[in-house]
Amino acid sequence: MIRMSEKSTIPFGPQHPVLPEPIHLKLIIEDEKVVEAYPAFGFVHRGLEMLVKKKDFNQMVYVVDHICGICSAMHGQAYCQAVEELIGIDVPERAKYLRVIWAELHRIHSHLLWFGLLADAFGFENLFMLSWRIREKIMDILEATAGNRVIISVNVVGGVRRDIDSEQARWLLDELKEVEKSIKELDKIMRNNYTIKQRTVGIGVLTKEEAYMLGTVGPVLRGSGVPIDMRTTGYAAYKDLDFEPIVEKDGDTYARTIVRVREMFQSIDLVRQAISKIPEGELNVKIKPNLPAGEAISRVEQPRGEVFYYIKSNGGKYLDRLRIRTPTFANLASLLHMLPGSTLADVPVLVLTIDPCISCTER
Amino acid sequence: MGLKEFIEKSFKKSPWVLHYNCSSCNGCDIEILACMTPLYDMERFGMVNVGNPKHADILVVTGTVNTKNKEVLKNIYDQMPDPKVVVAVGVCAATGGVFREAYNVLGGIDKVIPVDVYVPGCPAKPEAIIDGLYKAAEILKEKYEKMGKAEEVLK
Ligand code: SF4
Repeated sequence: MIRMSEKSTIPFGPQHPVLPEPIHLKLIIEDEKVVEAYPAFGFVHRGLEMLVKKKDFNQMVYVVDHICGICSAMHGQAYCQAVEELIGIDVPERAKYLRVIWAELHRIHSHLLWFGLLADAFGFENLFMLSWRIREKIMDILEATAGNRVIISVNVVGGVRRDIDSEQARWLLDELKEVEKSIKELDKIMRNNYTIKQRTVGIGVLTKEEAYMLGTVGPVLRGSGVPIDMRTTGYAAYKDLDFEPIVEKDGDTYARTIVRVREMFQSIDLVRQAISKIPEGELNVKIKPNLPAGEAISRVEQPRGEVFYYIKSNGGKYLDRLRIRTPTFANLASLLHMLPGSTLADVPVLVLTIDPCISCTER
Repeated sequence: MGLKEFIEKSFKKSPWVLHYNCSSCNGCDIEILACMTPLYDMERFGMVNVGNPKHADILVVTGTVNTKNKEVLKNIYDQMPDPKVVVAVGVCAATGGVFREAYNVLGGIDKVIPVDVYVPGCPAKPEAIIDGLYKAAEILKEKYEKMGKAEEVLK
């Protein structure tokens, strides 16, 4: 006789339609409820950290840009900041502002991308199309200002590679106005739509203490009411810009969605501030071909949370060690905490609620 | 329309696309997704993104192969029914690209499965991807004609 409460194992991924990336979870299911979840990794592992032995520190900027296609400019930025700290040079002010502008544009496009994927995960395909249509405007801005749509590679050690002149800045602000209008519409849908609320309110709740204890970062942490945002440490030009970390109290998927949507408005505001305050000047400074011996770290707030870079050099052209701790790695513990007790139908939503980026995590 | 004509027409006019991310950086993947969205709208060529290898005619692969996912890729390819076409999107999928020298990278996906269309770019632009898919649809048609008539497929 078959007992109804027998446990069965369901593999989730690596190839599956919810996420473009291969994440693999082994779900132990009992009566449609997840009892346990085990992740399996290594499908995207390339071994990029070891490339420091083969590429010199300038070429490495291009490699770290390709760790992740979604937040590539921020990876480059974090790496460059670490190397700049090691060498002990100061980047020109204009370069700092330009870094902020491109980083914030990346944040908007990343959040729109995520919003679309979340909508797709619970079957709201219309909303997926809508948010990706808005995203195309941002991609146009990136292409016009940096020369490529997705991987823009604007950072170099010592500054940035390209400039945004005043005419382009004016055009950029006009485009952003349109984007803001569209995101407002998205915001309205999100706050009033029955389907979205049905699938996100009360799903994947993390209390403030849990979120903190599990070491989560980024919107997951802020959605649970902890106001931690690396930008407040004032790297690049953030120390001169006016903003507050965005916090919501409820700690469920809905709260995280609101955090991300509000962050898009914040990013638009930051781009505007940066453009209005940007000083004239050089784009980058000349650097010596060899590195001094020593260690350095840098912390940057990516769309998914804090990324941590550690570098070590023994002198010479090549770094000795590069170590990256990515936001998704920090957030995975919370995913495994949220999955047990949820229904199978909610698994895609829960996977997306931390906004996983597997290619960052496995490098 | 009889069943035979129907199968023939749908093979030529609306191939279904399966996307697999081998070990890419996401750049090419989000561009493939962008192809499906209103601005580029791949669906006007009758192409639909599906999640099941058994439904798919065209396999779109991004990224390089590594020791772990080469089995997965082979597995997915084997599950697809004949005739099938493989499109490698991005320089990663073609040769290994930026990651070529990394220790866990074996190279382009043609090390594991036969590739019909290469789309260059890092990341490949949506226009280029759509062009590649359109080529793939033509190759699919050729392969289908070579394979024999619809009755034989049905047998
Ligand atoms: S070709 Fe470039 S953009 Fe595409 S997956 Fe490879 S590194 Fe990323």
